[in-house]
Amino acid sequence: MDFFVLMLAIPLVSGALLTVVGERAWAPNLNIIASLGTFLAAVGLTVEIVANGPRFAFGEQFFIDSLNVFFVALTAFVGLTTSIFSGPYMKNEAEHGRLTMPRLRLYKSMYQLFMFTMLAALTTNNLGILWVAMEAATLTTVLLVSLYRTPASLEAAWKYFILCGVGIAQALFGTILLYFAAERVLGESGNALLWTHLIDVKGQLEPNIMALSFIFLLVGYGTKVGLAPLHNWLPDAHAEGPTPVSAVLSGLLLNVALYAILRCKVLADGAIPGAFAGKLMMGFGLFTLLVAAFFLSRQKDVKRMFAYSSIEHMGLITFAFGMGGPVANFAGLLHMTMHSLTKSAIFFAVGHATQKTGTQLMENIRGLIRINPLIGWGLMLGTLAILGMPPFGVFASEFMILTHAMKHYPWATPVLLLGLGVAFAAIFGKVQPMVFGETEAKRLPHAPAITPVFLHLGIVLMLGLYIPPYLTRWFHEAARMLG
Amino acid sequence: MNSAIPFSAQLINLFAAVILLLAFAMLAQRRVLALINLFALQGLTLCLATLVAAVTTGQSHLYYSAGLTLTLKVLVLPWILHRLVRKLNVKGEVEALINIPTTMLAGIVLVMIAFNVALPISELSHTITRGTLGIALAVVMLAFLMMITRQKAITQVVGFLSMENGLFLAATSATYGMPMVVELGIALDVLVGVIILGVFFFQIRDQFDSLDIHHMERLKDN
Repeated sequence: MDFFVLMLAIPLVSGALLTVVGERAWAPNLNIIASLGTFLAAVGLTVEIVANGPRFAFGEQFFIDSLNVFFVALTAFVGLTTSIFSGPYMKNEAEHGRLTMPRLRLYKSMYQLFMFTMLAALTTNNLGILWVAMEAATLTTVLLVSLYRTPASLEAAWKYFILCGVGIAQALFGTILLYFAAERVLGESGNALLWTHLIDVKGQLEPNIMALSFIFLLVGYGTKVGLAPLHNWLPDAHAEGPTPVSAVLSGLLLNVALYAILRCKVLADGAIPGAFAGKLMMGFGLFTLLVAAFFLSRQKDVKRMFAYSSIEHMGLITFAFGMGGPVANFAGLLHMTMHSLTKSAIFFAVGHATQKTGTQLMENIRGLIRINPLIGWGLMLGTLAILGMPPFGVFASEFMILTHAMKHYPWATPVLLLGLGVAFAAIFGKVQPMVFGETEAKRLPHAPAITPVFLHLGIVLMLGLYIPPYLTRWFHEAARMLG
Repeated sequence: MNSAIPFSAQLINLFAAVILLLAFAMLAQRRVLALINLFALQGLTLCLATLVAAVTTGQSHLYYSAGLTLTLKVLVLPWILHRLVRKLNVKGEVEALINIPTTMLAGIVLVMIAFNVALPISELSHTITRGTLGIALAVVMLAFLMMITRQKAITQVVGFLSMENGLFLAATSATYGMPMVVELGIALDVLVGVIILGVFFFQIRDQFDSLDIHHMERLKDN
């Protein structure tokens, strides 16, 4: 059996199945088993790609190479751990009366379909299908953000839908322009949107059209990445949706949107002289980093604060890819991995913490280390990791980005340091009293799933101390593909 | 110069101009039901423009594209929206944030910007419909303006769909349409999106007793 087909079929079929049987007692287990199946298929696919090199699937419509297989493995892994985390979490929510059975069914079914759309977006070779899958990823998560049906969650979902809808419409215009440029070279066949064909002729694409196209694509997909000034939907959606949804939105969806930009950047770089695309991304990235850092200190809601932290890191990663070259791309990819793992671990810990204390307001969350030492330490270590403290992996990637910027773009270094410093002060000052301090909270009916938190943090710690040689090779190859 | 433009191209330009006029009409329209009808009319004009392009060029997939536009944007979506309006009892006027004459003036400025942006690109195009690229971009921008200036959730959705119309016009005018599989995917996304929004409207109304989005301004950064 083909691993690739399995990987796409499992979430699609189980998503459909869960709409029917999603209210059964064993449905959460089915959700986990399906995610495990997807993950195993992704691992199988990864092994196959590493051994045999890039391959196509379904004619030339899907294409897996060392760049996207890396995102596929990451997505499937975080998808699995989030489904494990969401089991007891959602049961607790139901017991608190915040969710009913039909909504839990909706959650599980949409969760699997969301995984499907992301995996399809990552593996497609057709830039049109990429757009379709990105839009579908928004559609599957809109109803998840409004799962609690509170006024605030409905507002967040509405904002999410409209802002991302408008953004993605810009991306469609960018795609149309790209097709227009490609059609002049490749002719009116269905091949003119296939990335593997475009990459061969990227030098012949009309630079003016490509420049305009890339601007639209960057703004469009950038809305989903959370690039300022189009980031407004992101903190709301993260704060008001259920925590597992925040974890996958932050850890995975942002990555997938950034991946879409990267694919387009490779084409734009080939067509436009003078690193136009890179400069644009550097500008957007730095601006995003600064805006997010200064908004961080004003946050009162813990999930909102970490959502802004995601925006900050996305800005940093966009900046890294904007610099380009093997080193910066390597650092960008590494940082994407670290951010995904760390941020989802933080959201897991935050989810349990808010459930224990019954609030998302940071001033009311105190003394986590007494309520449950594991959650307390999980949040503390996760926060230290995301703030770039050694020996965690985020330190390594941030250090690489900083030193590379110092060498090649010295003017950007003060801005980067300012952003990172402000973010550090804001987050650390708020998390510290949440973890330590006095409290009187009670036990939860369902014991939280702590394993995913420490599994993620363990990997981040390991990658900070030692990156296995095959992973380095893999990162290098992917970084080289990005030019 | 005018004599050099073939009849079919003139016809497409005419339809494109009608689409742009309809975009302005939507911007000026105060009533929700009339707005939906205008949207259906815009879809019909887009369908006709695509059809003319299909007949002239003999590109078979343009026929499918026209058929898709007809079913989705002229029949299904307006029908869903009409039902929603009836079921949700959306009454009265669409409230604009900025008054209508000012909006129209802003619209005119947007059209000029759109034409300037599109000019260098449409010169590179070899399709008979290339002149309409500027119009398409203008329609997208006008729809965007409508989304910004309107208060009711349904109006914002109509604006969103009208933006999609503009994008399809751009696809037809610059390149004779996207590959079929992509167009089908986009159509599916739009359809699913509207259905999800329908569900969503009921949730909003149950919470706020209104579809007016100025109730939804609580989430702010202090």
